[in-house]
Amino acid sequence: MESWLLTGSQYMLLLRGALVTLQILGLAFVVGIVLSLVVGIARLSERTWIRGVALGFVEFARGISSIILLFIVAIAIPILLGVPQENLILLATLALGINMGGYGAEIIRGAIQSVPKGQAEASISLNLTSLQRLRHVILPQAMTVILPPMGNLTIEILKGTALVSLIGLTDVMQMARNIRQQQLADAVGNLPILYLNVLVLYFILAQVINLIFRLAERLMEKRYEGGPALTTEELERMRPTSAEGTVS
Amino acid sequence: MTQTTAHSEPVVEEFRPHRRWFQRPDVLTPLILTSVGFALLIGAVSVPANYRTEMDAPPGDVSFDWMFFFHMVPLMVQGVLVLAKATVLGFTVAIVLGFAMALGRRTKLRWVSWPSALVIEFIRSTPLLVQLFFWQALFRSVEGISLTPVEILTLGLGIHYATYCSEAYRAGINSVDKGQWEAATALNLGPVTKWTRVIIPQAVPNVLPALGNYLVAAFKDAPLGVAVNVHGLLFFADQVRAETFRATEPYLLAGVGFLLVSLPAAWLVRQLEKRISYERV
Repeated sequence: MESWLLTGSQYMLLLRGALVTLQILGLAFVVGIVLSLVVGIARLSERTWIRGVALGFVEFARGISSIILLFIVAIAIPILLGVPQENLILLATLALGINMGGYGAEIIRGAIQSVPKGQAEASISLNLTSLQRLRHVILPQAMTVILPPMGNLTIEILKGTALVSLIGLTDVMQMARNIRQQQLADAVGNLPILYLNVLVLYFILAQVINLIFRLAERLMEKRYEGGPALTTEELERMRPTSAEGTVS
Repeated sequence: MTQTTAHSEPVVEEFRPHRRWFQRPDVLTPLILTSVGFALLIGAVSVPANYRTEMDAPPGDVSFDWMFFFHMVPLMVQGVLVLAKATVLGFTVAIVLGFAMALGRRTKLRWVSWPSALVIEFIRSTPLLVQLFFWQALFRSVEGISLTPVEILTLGLGIHYATYCSEAYRAGINSVDKGQWEAATALNLGPVTKWTRVIIPQAVPNVLPALGNYLVAAFKDAPLGVAVNVHGLLFFADQVRAETFRATEPYLLAGVGFLLVSLPAAWLVRQLEKRISYERV
């Protein structure tokens, strides 16, 4: 068995594949977050039919396998609707985003429900519109509950991006296969070691995502923790000088 | 003597938890059903070498043909069964291996617990697809081992989901009250008795819903087997596409077949979750 590492140029190829992977991950993340916000809030709507549609979407997105969804969205739907299947990245993104949206909607619904009811009632009594209520009162408090499972979900989507190699996009996985072709042509290299390197690359990417979410959690906690209590001096300054003020 | 009461009490079937497990119908019925299903799945499901459609495919300008769609249903069912077989077998591996991993991670020996934590994290955060390729390459390069594609898929799924199961087990073991451990120590129970009679009976029912969810998730990942040439659901769709140049019907049919299995399964898991949380209250 030869060395455990690949050559430098092969790593460059893998990194170029990683860029495609990250691009798909980023786009799918955006689609997924938007979908999960919309659907998660729709699942708590007062109207029955909106709740029903949202529930249907969630059950569909969570019930179907991401790879089959990918094939349906990227291959079957364009043919069915007669749309040219040009931008594969966009279609793959859509499929992964739908998949993420189904799981994310449940996370967001749970987080919104975990915010004490008094907060919503207080913001109604302050005459905030429902959008303001969501944006300034409910979601910031739900954020601490949303972030940790959302981080796990993002890692799941990162794992899901490996599937796009099956529909012909050149991500890390496909790049590894290309490298294998090259190795076979040169009659060097060891296939398990190549895949082990790919696995390590995915592991590192996942750890980076993990780290980002930890940082975001930390920032969120810092931002919404109670400020320092007022010192007596400040309290004195704030106290209305009513006693002297009204006399004069 | 009992006739002194004016109204006769209705006969209520008493819940007797002190009966042994093999005397309780609520334990025995699912167990027998599961084992019969298991035996059928292992014995009766054979992996077809090919999925051939006997009907002539509709011409290319038709975008969707219902006849063709329904014609392929038996083939699709075959594909789903192959996946179900691989999933069930793989998950059996996962349940057993996951427990070992959970024990390995929470042991006090550092040179065991740190590597197992690393391995669990590593397997959890890398894609199953790449892992399948890795196992395939590994078993090909080792002399004397030849595994069929379904076996590779089973093993890959088993090892991947064992890490998930181990996290669930760990949560379950940690949720056992500390007093129970102390009581087991106070009663001078040996490690085997402590685990089999005190800890596991309290830890495992709590994690059953989580394990059920992972079983459904494993089934959703099973179509990936097409990458290592498992003749399952996606292989069926790919083959029909290659032979008839029609892509819409097979893929949509694959999706429908998938939902038909995974939605009821998810519903069952939710019922289990409700029932267990009810019993715990």
